Amino acid sequence: MYSKKVIEYFNHPKNMGKIDCPDGVGKVGNIICGDVMHLYIKVDKNDVIEDIKYETFGCVAAISSSSMITEMVKGKTIVEALKIEKNSIIDSLEGLPKAKIHCSVLAIDALSESIYDYLKKNKRDIPDFLEKRHKIIVKNSR
Amino acid sequence: MKKIYLDYAATTPVDPRVLEAMMPYFCDNFGNTMSLHSFGQKAQMVLDESRKTVANFIGAKPEEIIFTSSATESNNFALKGIAFANEKKGNHIIISAIEHACIMESAKWLGGRGFKITYVPVDRFGVVNVDDVSKAITKETILISVMHVNNELGSIQPIAEIGQIAKENNIYFHSDCAQSLGKIPVNVNDLNVDLLTASGHKIYGPKGIGILFVKRGVKIEPLLNGGGQELGLRSSTSNVAGAVGFAKALELFNQEEKIAELREYLCSGVLSIPGSRLNSPKTGVPGILNFSFSGVEGEAITMRLDMDGIAVSTGSACSSNKLTASHVLLATGMKPEEAHGSLRVSIGRWTTKEDIDYFIESLFKNINQLREISPFKNV
Ligand code: FES
Repeated sequence: MYSKKVIEYFNHPKNMGKIDCPDGVGKVGNIICGDVMHLYIKVDKNDVIEDIKYETFGCVAAISSSSMITEMVKGKTIVEALKIEKNSIIDSLEGLPKAKIHCSVLAIDALSESIYDYLKKNKRDIPDFLEKRHKIIVKNSR
Repeated sequence: MKKIYLDYAATTPVDPRVLEAMMPYFCDNFGNTMSLHSFGQKAQMVLDESRKTVANFIGAKPEEIIFTSSATESNNFALKGIAFANEKKGNHIIISAIEHACIMESAKWLGGRGFKITYVPVDRFGVVNVDDVSKAITKETILISVMHVNNELGSIQPIAEIGQIAKENNIYFHSDCAQSLGKIPVNVNDLNVDLLTASGHKIYGPKGIGILFVKRGVKIEPLLNGGGQELGLRSSTSNVAGAVGFAKALELFNQEEKIAELREYLCSGVLSIPGSRLNSPKTGVPGILNFSFSGVEGEAITMRLDMDGIAVSTGSACSSNKLTASHVLLATGMKPEEAHGSLRVSIGRWTTKEDIDYFIESLFKNINQLREISPFKNV
């Protein structure tokens, strides 16, 4: 049911763990399946994500999606990172089963929450769309 | 790589002795039981013998055994067949909350066609309370259906007692015994059942053959109309080889199996892992054990174990593709996230102590690694 890529990322996850003193943290969960993802980012002065790590309690797709998103985002600016959509994760993983699409959304949400947290901590302007997304994510994880 | 199969509740390998018994009925004795010539006569004779063996094993009469294609068919047949043959008597059916999907879906289907369904709850170990069944009975009740052994937890239901109540109230009683036949005693008289389902591929027999026991006098409508095979209750050219395989599989159960010992060994090994929990009742069938591990998900563990050549499952095999947590575990009161963390290990005829050692070693390693990834490391 899973693609080779998914299994590969699941069995050899990249960038797992925590970052000490991260610049931003995103913590999200899906109440239906109970899966939880924590994402930590380190951002340099040019807004480039220089390090990113995750901790995931979840299914095979959730773990491989977290692993994939960290690889995709590392070295990108936060503006570029926010442009990543679930479909690019799914494509990079060579597909996900229908029931597992939400696992990739979890990864997108965790990333955008970590960037939100970073901007907030640094008292920076938060773009409208990010504020909106943040509100929806918070509402959905209650 | 080593391959270790610990998913006997999903399906079992065919016992080579069963296959050997079946072999003559494909190329050589291939006759159609309905034919008048010697080929047909031979097939009919073999089918009758198989029916007798099966009947003897469960304390029934040969003419009460209907061969079907699967437990799913038998369960559909039991529910729909009884419902439509007895709708003048009433339209109420009682089932348990932890039935297999084929009972659940048949009941739901009937629910959409004017029948009322009551789902009887279970306790935290997945056992139905007899009083709850009693209370659910109305004047309209025509059928009660409760499985003998639950496929995800291994919990054993008080079938004889429920059957007694059904009898006193003049209600037909059906039990899905797909997971109990061959594991614990199954006798239609002791269990007080009017209808009983069993399946070949759960008892080291072939896939594609099942039975429905229908007690003499029970009013039931056939699902399949046609040539009138199986006493007019299940038309289709008879699966003689399958019936022979089913019968042979039952004969082999006369030798006692040592699964109970292995269960203890497996259980204490797994529970030595911190943060592990047994979801199955201590009094369940020996072959089925359901565990949870804090901080990690069942599906993730299953896939990691598969990399080490070990086959186990999350919940029942049929629900492996669904996102929603198992209805069985939810019925025991588990939260969805706990239910998602569950792992079913089922052992059988060819499981060895060495298999279990290898499994536990791999389980230990993989749970540790997955906890590394998890934000909930502290157990
Ligand atoms: S099943 Fe929910 S995150 Fe994968």
